[in-house]
Amino acid sequence: MASLKDLRGRINSVKSTRKITQAMKMVAAAKLRRAQAQAEAARPYAQRMEAILASLGAAVASSPDAPRMLVGSGGDKVHLLVVVTADRGLAGPFNTQVGRLARARIRALEAEGKQVKLLTVGRKGATFLKREFASRFVGEVTYAGRKRIEFADAEAVAMQVAGLLEEGAFDVCSLIYNRFRNVISQIPTEQRLIPTPLPEGAVEAVGPQALYEYEPAEDQILATLLPRNLAIQIYRAILESTAGEHGARMTAMDNATRNAGEMINKLTLNYNRTRQANITRELIEIISGAEAV
Amino acid sequence: MATFLLELVSPEKLLLSRQVEMATIPAEEGEMGVLPGHSPMIVALRGGVIRVRENGAETEKLFIAGGFAEVSPERVTILADEATPLANLSRTASERRLAEAEAALQEAVSEPEPKRDAAYARVQALRTAVSVAEAA
Repeated sequence: MASLKDLRGRINSVKSTRKITQAMKMVAAAKLRRAQAQAEAARPYAQRMEAILASLGAAVASSPDAPRMLVGSGGDKVHLLVVVTADRGLAGPFNTQVGRLARARIRALEAEGKQVKLLTVGRKGATFLKREFASRFVGEVTYAGRKRIEFADAEAVAMQVAGLLEEGAFDVCSLIYNRFRNVISQIPTEQRLIPTPLPEGAVEAVGPQALYEYEPAEDQILATLLPRNLAIQIYRAILESTAGEHGARMTAMDNATRNAGEMINKLTLNYNRTRQANITRELIEIISGAEAV
Repeated sequence: MATFLLELVSPEKLLLSRQVEMATIPAEEGEMGVLPGHSPMIVALRGGVIRVRENGAETEKLFIAGGFAEVSPERVTILADEATPLANLSRTASERRLAEAEAALQEAVSEPEPKRDAAYARVQALRTAVSVAEAA
């Protein structure tokens, strides 16, 4: 049985761990609120963009010289996966979830004889996937140490993807990220970026909306709109992932705090029992000593 | 007077959503005044100033760096790349960004056309920003 001093030491160390996890939980809760507000604020733009894209895309997609970003290169050989994770750990299964999905996708694609390229956003995903797939990396982006991720950051990632597309470095591009469902549940999701999936209802939109006049012509607007849409999709994924990260960390730290509490109770009980046993033993020693005299 | 719903959104937030009488928007092919009942249009915008008219007076002036507008008889949605009320537009910051954009354009001269055009459009937009910041 551990000595009283050892037990005291362990109780103290668990107590300080609990303080840390509790503080982290609090910080995550505050950041979560901010991240959610930011994601909320980005939504109107994405929605309007989708509406415009639906009416435009339907008008142009069938034409033979539709832009590459809309219809892809027509091939299906090389896949680019953009994997969005957090920059920090200690968020429960948050990063591993995405990493696992990405790994499964890479294996499945390669089993089909396709080539895979990887672009990671966030430090954790990069370290996770580098172990196994280092040769597939075409780039990595991290925001470690940044307080807030701005649209310009997502735009830079989109530019990189657009550059690769222009070089013909890939045929299909998808985004893998944690979709934020609620504070306790984030769903690792794969979303197609290129060829651009036309939003739902695109077909009906051809009806009355086709009456739009365009200035300049459709294809010119589309040429500027598509990169923008790409950036928006990436921005949205990063924001959702950030919100999810803080949500996941909050739950993980809540659990850790609770577990630490249980641990402290157990250790305290153990400590008191040992203390009492020691006292009893000493008393017996004294009494039996006195009797012997 | 008749009004229509004007919505101005940037990727980072919804900036404006209310009933107005008239909006002047900097379309790529020239300024465009929109009144209620305008025929449906989708236009690309260049860098410039959006002016909003409500209750017979000009109430709001915002600088945008480019974007798109969707016009329909009862509403106008502007998707701006970035939007700043003129009052908040700082001349020194705009000048600094203009210098950066001009440097980027210099680099982009040898690049393929779409990239060069984008860099050029950015310089144009920021030139407008500097000139309106000066006037304000």
